[in-house]
Amino acid sequence: MLDAAVFQGLSWNLLDDFRQLFTYPFMVNALEAGTIVAVMAGVTGWFMVLRRQAFAGHTLSVIAFPGAAAAGWAGVPLALGYFGFCGAGALVLAAIAGTRRSLGAESAAIGSLQALALALGFVFVSLSHSILTGLDSLLFGTFLGITRSQVLVLLVVAVATVAVTAFAARPLFFASVDSDVARASGVPVRLLGLGFLLVLGLSVAETSQITGALLVFALLVTPAATAHRLTPRPWLGLTLAVALALAVTWAGLALAYFSIYPVGFYVTSLSFGVYVLVRIVTR
Amino acid sequence: MSEPAVALEGATIRLGGRAILEDVSLGVARGEFVAVLGPNGAGKSTLVKAILGLLPLAAGKAKVLGRPPGEANARIGYLPQRRNFDSATRIRGIDLVRLGLDGSRWGIPIPGLPGTKEKARRVAEVLELVGASRYATKPIGELSGGEQQRLLIAQALVRRPQLLLLDEPLDSLDLASQAAVAALVRRICEQEHVAVLLVAHDVNPILGFIDQVVYVAGGSAVGGRPRDVITSETLTRLFGVPIEVLHASDGRLVVVGQPEAPFHHGDRHA
Repeated sequence: MLDAAVFQGLSWNLLDDFRQLFTYPFMVNALEAGTIVAVMAGVTGWFMVLRRQAFAGHTLSVIAFPGAAAAGWAGVPLALGYFGFCGAGALVLAAIAGTRRSLGAESAAIGSLQALALALGFVFVSLSHSILTGLDSLLFGTFLGITRSQVLVLLVVAVATVAVTAFAARPLFFASVDSDVARASGVPVRLLGLGFLLVLGLSVAETSQITGALLVFALLVTPAATAHRLTPRPWLGLTLAVALALAVTWAGLALAYFSIYPVGFYVTSLSFGVYVLVRIVTR
Repeated sequence: MSEPAVALEGATIRLGGRAILEDVSLGVARGEFVAVLGPNGAGKSTLVKAILGLLPLAAGKAKVLGRPPGEANARIGYLPQRRNFDSATRIRGIDLVRLGLDGSRWGIPIPGLPGTKEKARRVAEVLELVGASRYATKPIGELSGGEQQRLLIAQALVRRPQLLLLDEPLDSLDLASQAAVAALVRRICEQEHVAVLLVAHDVNPILGFIDQVVYVAGGSAVGGRPRDVITSETLTRLFGVPIEVLHASDGRLVVVGQPEAPFHHGDRHA
């Protein structure tokens, strides 16, 4: 097993341990993938929290699970399943939001979609009797076996979505906090809403590949919520969300490397810890 | 002399086949402060939306800043009916005002680019004008209703509009804040020479500040100087039921017998 061969535990010579992190190509790939994902999750997560769409984001992450499971069953790259299902899920969510029902009816519809997604995921898992990566890594994340080509796909998607978000940042901010006036000033509020859900879907699909489908929130919502808590300044808040996501990803990957627990656990615990700390300090 | 800010002649507005307003004539001169009053669901917001060109006229003529409705919106500052920011809203007032200036622009705002300083100066200027400089950098959700309303007025003013449409800005404010905001609007009217159309429920807190009042009720509207319009005869004719206007010793008007339309949430946006 790969695990037994490389995991030597901490030597407590921190410099050596630090250097050891970059010795193996799979670990370098994981660090690069984690960095790309953290930047993207920080940016889109900040807007998601601002728009109060955490529930929609969570649903997209649940939809990522059947996407990956279906890809595993069909024998196509997992990334294809993640991106395909999350993209389609974003369109469905936009359609639900487009019906302009009350907030309660909307969240009920989103919740039903979420239940269906989970059920589908387990169907695909049981259909494919042996999934290469295993059920728990689909749900809780893995950083083993990330290839160069996967890193490249992550990079291309992340650069594209961050660029689009940056270009639309001001009108998106306007539409998110003050939609009536934004519409009167000629901002295409509905188009931005659809576009943002698609960006969110892509972010979830990317983040899922590191943290697993269930722990996407560790990177998408928690650093962003912490940043909103720390400052009401938009550009500073965005920067903070990215910095926090990067910090917990790097620390989580390093901790996971030296222990037997999955990376998703560390990333989640660290970001939750920071969030609680900030809440207590800024109370 | 320039043309009036708003000129409606025999304007009729239908929504879903039903006439909301019929044969309404109205003139607002530059720099004039006009209050639009009337019961819930009478069509006050409808009137504002027609002036913005968001609702078409079924009959009649309309000119807004010398153009057909909708064509001069860049020169109109609009404050829609709404909207309070709850304490969870972590947005600074100053950013909200800035959005009024360049929030619809695409692309990344790069500090140091030409025009950046000028925009920041304009935002500071308009915050000073409404007296909101002191709390503009606090999260808006933590401010009082009156403070939030001042910031929203600053947002509507930041592009130097020639016409200000304020839909119920006094809603949910206490009486003292209502009078303070009305005094502020009066001052803006005179200093900036802006025409203001302010939709309100109650005439008393704003009576001392307005030039003209427009009463919207029962599908039609009557406008004129407050003392001419708010009389027993005019209101009785407009509402179709006996109404008495009493003059209190402190100058306040008491309208007795004014029928309030049944309150529906949908009505408030009609």
